[in-house]
Amino acid sequence: MTLELFIQYIFAGITYGAIYAIVAIGFNIIYNTTGIINFAQGEFVMLGGMISISLIEYLNLPAAIALAVVITMIIGALVEIIFIRWLQGPSVLRMIIITIGVSILIREAALHIWGESVRSLPYFIGDEITSVSILGAHISPQVFCVLAVCTVMMLLLGVFFKTTSVGREMRACAANSTAAILCGINTRNMVTLSFVLSAAIGALAGAVMSPITYSQYNIGTGLAIKGFTVAILGGLGSSGGAVIAGLLLGIIEAFSVSVLPLAFQEAISIAILLLILFIRPHGLFGSKDAAGLKQF
Amino acid sequence: MMKKYLPFLPLIAFVVCVHLLTSWTGTLYYLTQMTMSAYYALLIIGLCVVMGYAGQISLGHAGFFAIGGYLSAALTTRNLLPFEDTAVLRMLDALGVLMKGQDIYGEVIVVITPWAACITAVCVAALLAFFIGVPALKLKGHYLAMATLGFGIIIYRVVLASEYFGEADGISEVPPFVLAGSLAVSGDFSERISNYYIAWVLVIAGVVLLRNLIDSRVGRALRAIHGAEDAAGSMGVDTARYKLHVFVLSAVFAAIAGVFMTHYNGSIGPSEAGVMKSVRYVAIVAVGGMAHLWGALIMAIILNFLSLRGVFGSYDDAVFGLILIVIMLFAPNGLLRINLRSKLQAFFSRAKRAEEV
Amino acid sequence: MALLRLEKLHKRFGGLKAVNDVSFAVNEGQIKAVIGPNGAGKTTLFNLIAGSLPASSGSITFKKWQLRRKKSYQIAALGIARTFQNIKMFNGMTALENVMVGRHVRSGAGFLSSMFHTPWARREEKEIRDRSMELLDLLDIAECADVEATSLAFGQQRAVELARALALEPDLILLDEPAAGLNIYETAEMGRLITRIRDLGITVLLVEHDMSLVMDISDEIVVLSFGEKISEGLPSEIQNDPEVIKIYLGE
Repeated sequence: MTLELFIQYIFAGITYGAIYAIVAIGFNIIYNTTGIINFAQGEFVMLGGMISISLIEYLNLPAAIALAVVITMIIGALVEIIFIRWLQGPSVLRMIIITIGVSILIREAALHIWGESVRSLPYFIGDEITSVSILGAHISPQVFCVLAVCTVMMLLLGVFFKTTSVGREMRACAANSTAAILCGINTRNMVTLSFVLSAAIGALAGAVMSPITYSQYNIGTGLAIKGFTVAILGGLGSSGGAVIAGLLLGIIEAFSVSVLPLAFQEAISIAILLLILFIRPHGLFGSKDAAGLKQF
Repeated sequence: MMKKYLPFLPLIAFVVCVHLLTSWTGTLYYLTQMTMSAYYALLIIGLCVVMGYAGQISLGHAGFFAIGGYLSAALTTRNLLPFEDTAVLRMLDALGVLMKGQDIYGEVIVVITPWAACITAVCVAALLAFFIGVPALKLKGHYLAMATLGFGIIIYRVVLASEYFGEADGISEVPPFVLAGSLAVSGDFSERISNYYIAWVLVIAGVVLLRNLIDSRVGRALRAIHGAEDAAGSMGVDTARYKLHVFVLSAVFAAIAGVFMTHYNGSIGPSEAGVMKSVRYVAIVAVGGMAHLWGALIMAIILNFLSLRGVFGSYDDAVFGLILIVIMLFAPNGLLRINLRSKLQAFFSRAKRAEEV
Repeated sequence: MALLRLEKLHKRFGGLKAVNDVSFAVNEGQIKAVIGPNGAGKTTLFNLIAGSLPASSGSITFKKWQLRRKKSYQIAALGIARTFQNIKMFNGMTALENVMVGRHVRSGAGFLSSMFHTPWARREEKEIRDRSMELLDLLDIAECADVEATSLAFGQQRAVELARALALEPDLILLDEPAAGLNIYETAEMGRLITRIRDLGITVLLVEHDMSLVMDISDEIVVLSFGEKISEGLPSEIQNDPEVIKIYLGE
């Protein structure tokens, strides 16, 4: 393998990895406040991409993306308010089935709105042939846009959870929701907020990745599976772990293309998921004792 | 003793009535969808025992159906003539599991007999269920759901990507499955009525077997695992083993359904392995009331029949998604045990309270 | 003769020593009680014996078997039954069915004989049902046999749980706070019941908060505090042990 090709693969891996990490963090935010894995997480990413593509006909790029993110946030809030909020002590099985149902509804709605066609946003800088040369490898500027947006998003999330009072309240719910209620925190609103937040980051990631990966009504399931793989790999609930695991999975996937036919690429990441679930369900970095305390 | 088999009388009467009614009104073509619905029902009652009684979710059962269907289709259609002089083929010939067939161009080919293919396919499905089940069933809740979903997607990707399984086109021209004498599973119109009864005999046998299982020592152990897994363990139930065995059993049901359906249709395509199919089976078990074998059977027949008749049009998948949500929100114990009015009242009063908070 | 022997048993949760170097023996035909303040590690100790939690180190010998690396279902099959502090009924099953699960290790029908309902499986099923009914009778809750167990009154659920444990025909029964939530009459009744269980030839190890019950029925008592055994002896000795009085009444 030449150095150029190697760097090409590394960048492709990091780009996809960053997206997977964002999806995984979306899983984590909701999981931490509710103990639910939201199977519709991938659909938020799809919506971000598809809505901004539709809006670009009327608005300029930043406005289209911003509006798409806002619309997806509203959808996230609605999902929580309509389907989750009023359930009292639902079983895990019930929650799984409900969020799967939600993901199907969103996907089918997308199919009827946008059809089966593959779409994408225009490149933010230049076009598909513009490239930056790094050590002889040609990297699209869009890759840097994706990386920059993902990095900023993660940093902002970190700041939000660490320093703002709302962020701290959300963390309190995650640690112990009963105690949080006793401290006067409205946990129900925190749950809604967690859906809104993860819808927002999913949608933004979906919009910035669209020029490279393209958007279609059915990309959600694949992204959700990979995001979940990353969330598990990094230890469910840990955002730092998710970033490392995301980059790891992205790079493994990118290099697997050079060994295996493209058709099996998705099978690879799922095989990794199964392997991790079977060998270390508490993740690469998580501790077994802590995992034992989680309600599974 | 007789009481136990009493509920089967209306079912048998229903099956016969549908036949008589359709033949009387000249609408025998309905029997085709009824036959296919019956095969799906066979898979669904197996899944019902895993989900409803043992409490383990599986989002990968379309995978087992596809393994059954695809393997029997491939083995009975793929020409083995090029391997004529190999020891393996001579051995197969000596075992009497080879037969002559015709490909789409009318050329003579040598293939595996449907019986041998069926047994192979079911065994492979059972083995895969075993090897997936050993690690997967140690997981709970979301983890198990994702693991089985992942398994289903891998099967889908493999059939879609391998030439042996016909890639996106699937496998067609699957020969009839001669069970005995002139009794054969095939899509031939002249055999529509006999095929209808073959399917239903299978389903009724399946329900009898599973009913017996549920009312036995094993069934109680499974329900105990669902009720309180740690307490079941301290009562001496080897929870891991029982979960595994019931998972394998349901995979066998799914694979048999796949084999018969494929011979009946004469073909199989990748959509049978799709995630949406697995989700659909889960939805039907949920609508039937989870721990309710008869409910699962009734809903399997009704919903599959409607879907196969094309009643839902292009909203087919959306309908099943909606069913899933509505059932889980309002009637987690199934449609047959719902008290609609009190549920709606509870929903609105709760929603109101939630807003006030 | 010692039926159950714990030697230098340890259980750590991270830095917390929930059970610390505990050793004692339970003799055949005894009623032995484990007492101690909240958080003394009594329930953890039970979970270690029953195999619900793995011990960090030490040994647990039952008859001639080492239990430490065995799973809970294997320990049950050797003849140790248990009840839970916060009653664990099997949801969706009747009281009778709950007790019938208790016969699991004393019966053997597998998947195939169950599915095909062989004459042998049918005979065994009848035996399971009859034996379970007898036990419900013994505990005076036969009339609840066909009621869903989780909808029974608290005291009745406790009785079903006890019947379920007895259905296993154990040599040793572990009772985790059998009198919790019972009024004084029911507690006295429970005391008589435990004595009767012992008279059936079953050795009893119990964790209990109700001191009058413990002093009444126990042959021997072990006192735990912060995971350590601080005293062991006859009820009269324990009552006068200054160490024990100190932890219960403070200094």
